[in-house]
Order: sequence, then structure tokens, then C-alpha cells
Amino acid sequence: MEFNASQPIYKQIVDDFKKRLIRGELKEGDKIPSQREYAEKARINPNTVQRAYREMENMNMVETLRGQGTFISISEDKLEDIKMEMAVNLVDNFIKEMESLGYSAEAMLEILREEQSRRKEAVISDRV
Amino acid sequence: MIEFKEVSKSFGSTVALDNVSILFPKGKIIGLFGPNGAGKSTSMKLIMGLNRCDQGEVWVDGQSPQNKKQDVAYLPEIDYLYPWMNIAQAADFIRTFYADWDEAKYRELVQYLNLREDMKISKISKGQRAKTKLLLTVSRRAPYLLMDEPLSGIDILTREEIINTLIKDYREGEQTIIISTHEIAEVESLVDEVIFLDRGQIRLGGNAEDLRVERNMSLVELMKEAFRNAD
Repeated sequence: MEFNASQPIYKQIVDDFKKRLIRGELKEGDKIPSQREYAEKARINPNTVQRAYREMENMNMVETLRGQGTFISISEDKLEDIKMEMAVNLVDNFIKEMESLGYSAEAMLEILREEQSRRKEAVISDRV
Repeated sequence: MIEFKEVSKSFGSTVALDNVSILFPKGKIIGLFGPNGAGKSTSMKLIMGLNRCDQGEVWVDGQSPQNKKQDVAYLPEIDYLYPWMNIAQAADFIRTFYADWDEAKYRELVQYLNLREDMKISKISKGQRAKTKLLLTVSRRAPYLLMDEPLSGIDILTREEIINTLIKDYREGEQTIIISTHEIAEVESLVDEVIFLDRGQIRLGGNAEDLRVERNMSLVELMKEAFRNAD
């Protein structure tokens, strides 16, 4: 995983786990790397990894069992919440950036619709 | 915890530190950043008790640095290894001075760093000398580890090996590492706390992650900004 040095690293670790949960790459009960393994592999400060894992425990995403490791432990509702929260963040960023370029809400929707139909056509022409 | 209280130090007419107060918290990896002549090496030598400050106080766990030398492992910027020694002899030399020498760790690290005990200091490359210095410093189980420019003038692969070694061996919570460098990009993801020094004064300091949240900037960008504003 590549980190963006201008954003807090512990948050990027948590976001990465969230994305993998949403995509289904990680599931309830899966074991995730130990903090030490993660730090060595990603080449980041073990204190930062500890902070990320603590945050995930507090958010009820993972559970650490003494002597056994850290496991995904998340309810369906919680997963839905996380998915929605990530979507809202993405949309929020999009709107802010577009507003800074002077787009109105109407103009943004229009661009989204146009882009969507353009993509559909691209898919169809690929098949043909 | 290491504490600088209103510390000033000059060498002749050159001011190395100018009324500096710093807290180096325990159990953290702390980056001491700044250009050449900022006061980084002077700060380390004060902590090691190799220099005394002209004004102010330096405390290591509440005691004077002269009394805490056994608790501090130091990797100096200069090439201090005797060229006629091989790695085993250099290790012998350090081993006799420090009770906290960890022989098992030393053996493991020789392997990990791709060094051999019969390598002669005068015959090995600059990168291998840098790794030997690292080996001899971190083979001690000292609570404080001071590293002065461990990455400067070394190829990127060796730099990675050095950083990997630090991460692999880091004892969370109990070990405090102070690392001075101007290769900030290399240690972005390694440091908890940062101190930006310039011409003997602190330009900016704090928790690396908090600074990223507040300023939306990387440490490299933060340092550039801090120094631009200083001029």
C-alpha cells in the first residue's frame, strides 16, 4: 500500500481496511496481520499501526484476542454505515472541488448523467 | 523523557543553539529536521554529555546527561570506526563498554544486514560502513537511541535496509529514537514527532499525524513552509 504523505497515515490504514471490507476482500472472522507484521511490511512506525488498530477496535471493526491475533468483527449494520460514510465523503469532496470550479448543482448532475450514458455506450461498443 | 530548558550553545562566534526548549517524549520516534548548521548534531552531543550547554539545562530522565550515558546509544555522523578493525573486533570494542549489549540481536542483525564479521572496515563500501555503525548502535538495548544523519550519502537500497532494521527492532512504548536527517521524505512514515530546527531555533514541532491533519501537508512540505516563513 502506498501512503499519501500529506494525510495522516493511521487514517489511511483504517480507510484501507474499510475499503477491503466493503469490497468483500475481508470478511467477518478473518485474521488480519499483527501490528508488527503490518509495520514491517508497510515500513511504517509501529506506534502509527498501533494507533490505527486501536481506532478500528474502538469503531467495532476488529477484535483482538489475547495470544491469538486480531480478527475482523463487524456487524452488517456497521458495515453499511461505513460504506455510506465513505460514499458521502467521496461525494462531499467531489462537490467541493466542482464548486471551486464554478459548477452549480444542476450542471454537476448534467455532467454525471452525460458521463454515465457515455460509459454505457462505451461498454456496448466494446461488446459489438 | 529528554528535556531541553532554554538551552544556548555557541562555538566561538557561531551560535549552534539559541535559547531552545524541547521535550523529547518517551517511547516515540522523533525526527530532528533541518539544514546543515541548524543545531541537530549539537543537540545530540548535549544529550550524550559530549558537550555542555553555555546556558540552560539538559535533562535525561531528570538526571544530567553525564550520569545517563549507559542509557543512550549514539550513532555519530562521523566515521568513528577504526579502519584496521574488522566488524567482529569493532563489536568487541563496543561490547566491553556497555552492559546492555545484546549478543543474540547482534548475531541476528549481522545476517539481516548482509554483513560478515570478518569484513575489514577499510575494505568495505560506504553503505556497508553505515550498516556497521547501525549494527553496533542498535545491538545495545539502550532505552534511548540517537542517530545523527544515519541516511546521508547512502544509496536508496541501503537506506531502506536501515529503516527496515529500525522498524523491525523497535520496542514500542519503551524505546525512544531520535533521528536527525535532511532526508525527510525517507522517514515520513517512520517518525511520531518532529522538530524542525533552523539556525539554532525551533521553527515548528509536534506530532507528525496531528500536523498532517491540521495543515494537510506532508512533513517535507511543512519543513519547506516553516523555513520560507523564517526568512
